[in-house]
Amino acid sequence: MSAATPSQTAGPYWHLIDFPEWADLLREDGPNAGLAGERILLTGRVTDGDGAPCPDVMVELWQAGPDGEYGGAFHGFGRCATDAEGRFRFVTLRPGPVRGRGNAVQAPHVTLSLFARGLLRQLVTRLYFAGEPLNETDPVLSAAEPERRATLIAQPAGGGEWRLDIRLQGEGETVFLEV
Amino acid sequence: MSDPAGYRLPAPGTQPPYDAPDYGSTRRRHPTRPLLRVPHTPTEVSAPRMDPARYPPHADLSKLEGREGLGERIIVAGRVLDEEGRPVRGAMVEVWQANAAGRYHHPGDTHDAPLDPNFRGQGRVFADAEGRYRFTTIRPGAYPWRNHHNAWRPVHIHFSLFGAGFAQRLITQMYFPGDPLLPLDPIFNSIPDPAARQRLVARFDLDVTEPEWALGYRFDIVLRGREATPMEDAA
Ligand SMILES: [Fe+3]
Repeated sequence: MSAATPSQTAGPYWHLIDFPEWADLLREDGPNAGLAGERILLTGRVTDGDGAPCPDVMVELWQAGPDGEYGGAFHGFGRCATDAEGRFRFVTLRPGPVRGRGNAVQAPHVTLSLFARGLLRQLVTRLYFAGEPLNETDPVLSAAEPERRATLIAQPAGGGEWRLDIRLQGEGETVFLEV
Repeated sequence: MSDPAGYRLPAPGTQPPYDAPDYGSTRRRHPTRPLLRVPHTPTEVSAPRMDPARYPPHADLSKLEGREGLGERIIVAGRVLDEEGRPVRGAMVEVWQANAAGRYHHPGDTHDAPLDPNFRGQGRVFADAEGRYRFTTIRPGAYPWRNHHNAWRPVHIHFSLFGAGFAQRLITQMYFPGDPLLPLDPIFNSIPDPAARQRLVARFDLDVTEPEWALGYRFDIVLRGREATPMEDAA
């Protein structure tokens, strides 16, 4: 048995593998064109320990479909570069509840991974939806310290938009996951 | 119903830390709170199916629209395996790199080295049933960065891999054997275990080398393996 290959930073020039259309999971020529579900926008801003925007982050999204399944018709993968203000924006369908361990049910969630200069490994977090009753019993939300749980919960911003800012360090630091 | 087997955590010292003081950009970007360990669920053990029909392969970076890029043509080949040595079939491998002069085709790269109109430096290939992948490119150049006085990145190619589980997602860099910049590089040396570090250095391989055409380098990549036994439902 040999140990897994070490991670290294994506650095500042990863945009050579940026394909901006991947941020729109519902694009007309994409894998999910025509699938039924609740269309949503996921937006947010990535900031560092000084509160400064991080304009060079590759944000990757991974989520289940509206049926809560990962291997179904919905292709739940997206990638988005943050802009000069550190903002990302995905167009997708709201995921359904996902099976957890044992008899647990996980609240609808989207996994976000961040790759960037200054990150020698990706940072992984989850985005949950405010007001979702299953949040009360979700195993990951329940395991997070209560005073930091809000860093995982997107708030509605109108017009199908859900917003969650990501703070890499310091005041209001996002809960990151070891997966 | 039994739960899926999770992916093993990395062996101690084999992955870099978030906080690496010699690499200045980590200073304001590393989390200061411990990460929350999550038991693996369908979210972590499934992964997007990266179908070549949707994500077209591009295995020859050495030419752009039929015109040859400048520099030393090379072949990079290897296998994508898991920690048990099993091939990761269909793994999508994305690569990007600087040109032979050490300049990226990127608006943010202001290094005073020439751009090559016939070299872009982006590729995408898929592992076959044995985990084998292969692409042709131009050997990249070293380039300066502002991390510390007289800082130069060793010659490297960036790799991005999608395996069978989201927990296997990996971005890394491949280095070249004998590069005098390796012992000086804070990014390479952020990996605590020297043996793990060395696994990022490709080997020159005469079997990959093609006569009268290009030198060949072998770079095998290992993605995380699954725990031996699925955890049974405790209920
Ligand atoms: Fe680089």
